[in-house]
Amino acid sequence: MTTALIRARGLTKRFGGFTAVDGVDFELNRGEAFGFLGPNGAGKSSTMRMIGCVSPPTAGELTIFGLDPVADGPAIRARLGVVPQEDSLDVELTVRENLLVYGRYFGLPRPVIRERSDRLLEFVQLADRQDDRVEPLSGGLKRRLTIARSLINEPEILLLDEPTTGLDPQARHVVWDRLFRLKQQGVTLVLTTHYMDEAEQLCDRLVVMDAGRIAAEGSPRDLIERYSTPEVLELRFDPAVHENAAEKLAAVPAQRREVLADRVLLYVADGDAALAAVRGLGLDPLTSLVRRSTLEDVFLRLTGRRLED
Amino acid sequence: MAAPAQPRGPAAGLAWPARPDPVPAWNFAVRQLRFWLTDYRRTWRGSIISTVLNPLLYLGAMGLGLGTLVDQHGTASLGRVSYLIFLAPGLLAASAMGTGVGESTYPVFGSVKWNKTYQAAVSSPLRPADLFHGHLLFVALKLTMTSAVFLAVAAMFGAITSPLAIAALPVAVLTGLAFTAPIEAWTVTRTKDTSLAVVYRFGMIPLFLFSGTFFPVTQLPVWIRPIAYLTPLWHGVALCRDLCLGIATLPSALLHVGYLLVVLGAGIIAGDRSYTRRLYV
Ligand SMILES: Nc1ncnc2c1ncn2[C@@H]1O[C@H](COP(=O)(O)OP(=O)(O)OP(=O)(O)O)[C@@H](O)[C@H]1O
Ligand SMILES: [Mg+2]
Repeated sequence: MTTALIRARGLTKRFGGFTAVDGVDFELNRGEAFGFLGPNGAGKSSTMRMIGCVSPPTAGELTIFGLDPVADGPAIRARLGVVPQEDSLDVELTVRENLLVYGRYFGLPRPVIRERSDRLLEFVQLADRQDDRVEPLSGGLKRRLTIARSLINEPEILLLDEPTTGLDPQARHVVWDRLFRLKQQGVTLVLTTHYMDEAEQLCDRLVVMDAGRIAAEGSPRDLIERYSTPEVLELRFDPAVHENAAEKLAAVPAQRREVLADRVLLYVADGDAALAAVRGLGLDPLTSLVRRSTLEDVFLRLTGRRLED
Repeated sequence: MAAPAQPRGPAAGLAWPARPDPVPAWNFAVRQLRFWLTDYRRTWRGSIISTVLNPLLYLGAMGLGLGTLVDQHGTASLGRVSYLIFLAPGLLAASAMGTGVGESTYPVFGSVKWNKTYQAAVSSPLRPADLFHGHLLFVALKLTMTSAVFLAVAAMFGAITSPLAIAALPVAVLTGLAFTAPIEAWTVTRTKDTSLAVVYRFGMIPLFLFSGTFFPVTQLPVWIRPIAYLTPLWHGVALCRDLCLGIATLPSALLHVGYLLVVLGAGIIAGDRSYTRRLYV
């Protein structure tokens, strides 16, 4: 018995012989902001497309609003908003015409679309560009229009596949702010991202996906507590001595040590004490930084890869 | 009486409302038709010009110009009508084919590959087959308009001699659609636009030349005629011509229409499947 808004059990997607999503389980409740975090090819988009009812699952169970995505696709999609990974705007039409055309797909009457378009264009700060053709707009403006378009049917669930990839920092903050407001209004958010700060800012709960499977699940804070240490000491050495230094660092008591191409990370409870120990070994890093653990560290631990690779 | 829809699966008896009444498919198709009409608003000026200009040029150059020469050599094989009168209904059907093929290639390819408007549309309540049917409705409207203009221009040239010619309008529309549906079913599966040129080079142009538009198929060698009879264009040309000349008989009309309907129906079945396969991956 469940009242979960979205529920997946053993959800699987295969393309030919290749398994893109390999039996994942998750549940989402109304009003939550839920994130899929994972490297390229992890199966995030494939999962999102199955939830969006445009990709029939190969195996497993999936219900959205308690309905079956294959049999009840139109009824489910009428209540979803979708921001796909790749923009699919009609670049020949104007900004406002894109909203009009899309609103019509939902069977909305013209005056309703007009009124909502006014509000949405304000919301994503595109009101002054409303009569411009979409083609020459910058990537960030197109992304904002895609978000506005996904809201034209006042969806209960908003699916966002990498909503801010390719945006400059300022545009990302605008998008985050808007998504946060939607969440406040009770819209359920499902998003994928490569950005840990995005996940930390927006998600109540997230899953880390790798190679089609869920490697871990929890709130950002949970995950950091479970899979990382309170502090991280980041050390950068002269490239000439980088490897040698990395080996010597094994002597410093740390829960874990990650040797990256350009840095060494020491996972410890007390970063300053660890730094003192490093100096005590006679090592002299070019730079050192003590910081708190982030999702990036969780990610590195779980997948052996960095998030933005 | 249909029983009210029961909630199913894990939702049964729980907080979820019963499934909403499904929206009828024609309603979804009309929503997509309206998209194409919005799209057409950008290009209609250029399109209207060629709609009027094409019949003027063809009927002027070939019907009158070439026709004078042909008529001097006797018109027995044309059924004892002037070349202009022979040609006009053939061109009506052939230009419907041209419109039908044109609409089923680049606009469809663009929607799935360049602009990805189809991918956007399937995230709305519309299903792939609704997109297909909506486009067919749009093409039917466009064919009705271009064919009506063609008939009007032909009448101005004095190429129409029977009131039955009005029935050639739906036949021309059907001829165009008999090309649109199957070609569109194929186009939507394409990944490279270069393959579309094949339709024109090896499909449309040979049909245009050898399906009885410009000369009776009986002028072709005996062994090749059956091939001409198999093409949808020949059926469209033959029936349009019989109607415009006022010599159509019911059995032959039913045969031609039946053939075109079978091709259209097969195209719709194929398109429903290929749209779904392409857009639901
Ligand atoms: N239509 C398809 N046909 C074949 N393979 C596919 C198809 N779509 C996705 N895949 C494969 O499935 C795997 C998962 O792809 P998916 O797009 O879900 O990853 P992702 O986590 O969204 O990655 P990214 O971060 O790069 O967007 C990839 O290896 C991809 O190549
Ligand atoms: Mg993706």
